[in-house]
Amino acid sequence: MSTTTTTTVTSVDEAGTSRARAGGDHLDALENETIHIFREVTAEAERPVLLFSGGKDSVVMLHIARKAFWPAPLPFGLLHVDTGHNFPEVLDYRDRIVAEHGLRLTVEKVQDWIDDGRLIERPDGTRNPLQTQPLLHAIAEGGFDAVYGGGRRDEEKARAKERIVSLRDAFGQWNPRNQRPELWGLYNTRHLPGEHVRVFPLSNWTELDVWRYIVREGIELPSLYFAHERRVFRRGGMWMALSPVTAPRADDRVVTKTVRYRTVGDMSCTGAVESTAADAAAVLAEVAATTVTERGATRADDRLSEAAMEDRKKEGYF
Amino acid sequence: MGELLRLATAGSVDDGKSTLVGRLLVDTKNIMIDQYTAVEQASAARGLDQADLALLTDGLRAEREQGITIDVAYRYFATPTRSFILADCPGHVQYTRNTVTGASTAQVIVTLVDVRHGVVEQTRRHLAVAALLRVPHVVVAVNKIDLVDFDHGVITEVCDQVRAVGADLGIDDLTVIPVSALLGDNVAEPSDRTPWYDGPSLMAYLETVPVAVDDVDEPGRFPVQYVLRPQSGAGEEFRDYRGYAGRVERGSFSVGDRVCVLPGGRRSTVVGIDLPGGGAGRSAGASESVTLRLADEIDIARGELIAAEPVPEPVRQLDATVCWLDERPLRTGDRLLVKHTTRTVTGIVTGIGGRLNLSTFEEEPAGELALNDIGRIGLTLADPISPDPYAESRTTGSFVLVHPQTGNTLAAGMVS
Repeated sequence: MSTTTTTTVTSVDEAGTSRARAGGDHLDALENETIHIFREVTAEAERPVLLFSGGKDSVVMLHIARKAFWPAPLPFGLLHVDTGHNFPEVLDYRDRIVAEHGLRLTVEKVQDWIDDGRLIERPDGTRNPLQTQPLLHAIAEGGFDAVYGGGRRDEEKARAKERIVSLRDAFGQWNPRNQRPELWGLYNTRHLPGEHVRVFPLSNWTELDVWRYIVREGIELPSLYFAHERRVFRRGGMWMALSPVTAPRADDRVVTKTVRYRTVGDMSCTGAVESTAADAAAVLAEVAATTVTERGATRADDRLSEAAMEDRKKEGYF
Repeated sequence: MGELLRLATAGSVDDGKSTLVGRLLVDTKNIMIDQYTAVEQASAARGLDQADLALLTDGLRAEREQGITIDVAYRYFATPTRSFILADCPGHVQYTRNTVTGASTAQVIVTLVDVRHGVVEQTRRHLAVAALLRVPHVVVAVNKIDLVDFDHGVITEVCDQVRAVGADLGIDDLTVIPVSALLGDNVAEPSDRTPWYDGPSLMAYLETVPVAVDDVDEPGRFPVQYVLRPQSGAGEEFRDYRGYAGRVERGSFSVGDRVCVLPGGRRSTVVGIDLPGGGAGRSAGASESVTLRLADEIDIARGELIAAEPVPEPVRQLDATVCWLDERPLRTGDRLLVKHTTRTVTGIVTGIGGRLNLSTFEEEPAGELALNDIGRIGLTLADPISPDPYAESRTTGSFVLVHPQTGNTLAAGMVS
């Protein structure tokens, strides 16, 4: 497979100075809100952490977090739950970004949980639902009381009901029927010992906003977000990559296609779309013209049922 | 790329709000094929012969099972000129709590009236909340006009009722639009079945209502969120850097401005406005997240306010209107946390001045405030805060009350 990094690397500092701050632009309004959230929660929490997978939402989140605290170093570390099914390009990207910016990264591996029997591999091989327990364990082990996630309300119907600062009980559970009202810009981060808050600084961003921002700021992404040739086969209406965890069945026809990924989750359930968009601007043009949601297009795990995401979230998922 | 408009919708039970929101999303082509297909399938499974647009917005399992909307849901749609953040506030359970939540950040609130029922108790409550929270623009969509055969007389009577209630409440900017959310009349496009109506469609209204608030001449307010002192963490260049990170909550700041730091009252001058990620600004306006540097080496912490003249007076006694949002009632003597901008202080309720009767809009005596009650209270604070009256500023005049043990948010407060 061919993988080339197609966007230019622009430092946070250059991006900040290279644009005029016109008050009316809606990306500026969203960025201002996200920065406000990071500063509020980081000031009030004992030990925040940012969930970083190398996916575009977590990359944008990290970019804005670094801007929010400039010139001070990022006042919290990163946490990644590695399913063991991650795309190697994404892990390389993750490690490079961490090294480049001198960040602290904790990795919790689902494979370790499967190896020692705490978790059992699902018959369908999908590991996304298996991430919840390792995630909660890593949060407890790290003593993290505020956990930044890249979830957006436009992604999914259960997420549309989530607060920006969302309480999790001592079992990590979300109770959608008893959420705290979130008034004005006054975020309530209080919690009892053992509880924590999940914080979604990109709540009000849409997929299109994220891509527009990536283009505007010149943010580097893992290469598989851009068109590349890959050996793929058709499964459930999606192009699945040939990989150690996605073996084609005898009747599957493996072909070479020019594809890109819209999300970069578990290889076993994340599909690619045919595309020739080789850079962020070209992807933006495609996203603007698309007629299918990103999860609908490429995430098999969300098709499990009408309430698949709600059920996972209640248990403590991202 | 256009402006961002924050919008809230509030409705009573079964007045078609979810259908209206679904209609806005569909008619502005903000619904993707897979979402629409899912709704068509779910509708067919329930034996409906057309797509139930309410299913687009009811996200939780319990909501779909019970056919009701439980909690505020956020929706996003865009037109070539504007992007919209829509807080969809249900009328079923905890309706005041939900409406207050949605209205607190909204620039426009759209409430619905079923034309067959006219103004009902919940309409009055929604409009009272909109007036109380000073939502700048209020729209009433008089819905289901298809069910009265687009009858001019019937519809006009309800529209007049609505305007009378708006006038009672002192709502300056009230727009009444007759619509059929089900069929789309006057939602995205003007209807040819209401030739006597010469106002805008709902969408045309939302695309043109002014959103930019020009308050650069108002006094500057900058609550300090976070003190940036990298010391040795960011290299030699920033060893002595000390900046105050925050968001301009009112007015604007420019380099050279004389400012006062409250509640202490020390004075200084703005010598730098640093943008996030670096880079210098000359000035910063409302809602901008920036970092201020001051001329004097004074020790400022989170929770203090950098303010320009005329500065607010630090106070330890507070008169306020609150919307009580908790099951357990509020009583005199209760000890609570008061979170105002970036400052949290302990407060004790010294008295309850009265409860607003939302049917008569008159104040009546009350010994306590129950869930969904709106009333006036007095608070004594352990440490001073420096608020503006809510009537002057929705950001620096608002606060929340928080339970000191559970941490739950108990009330929305507005400084008198």
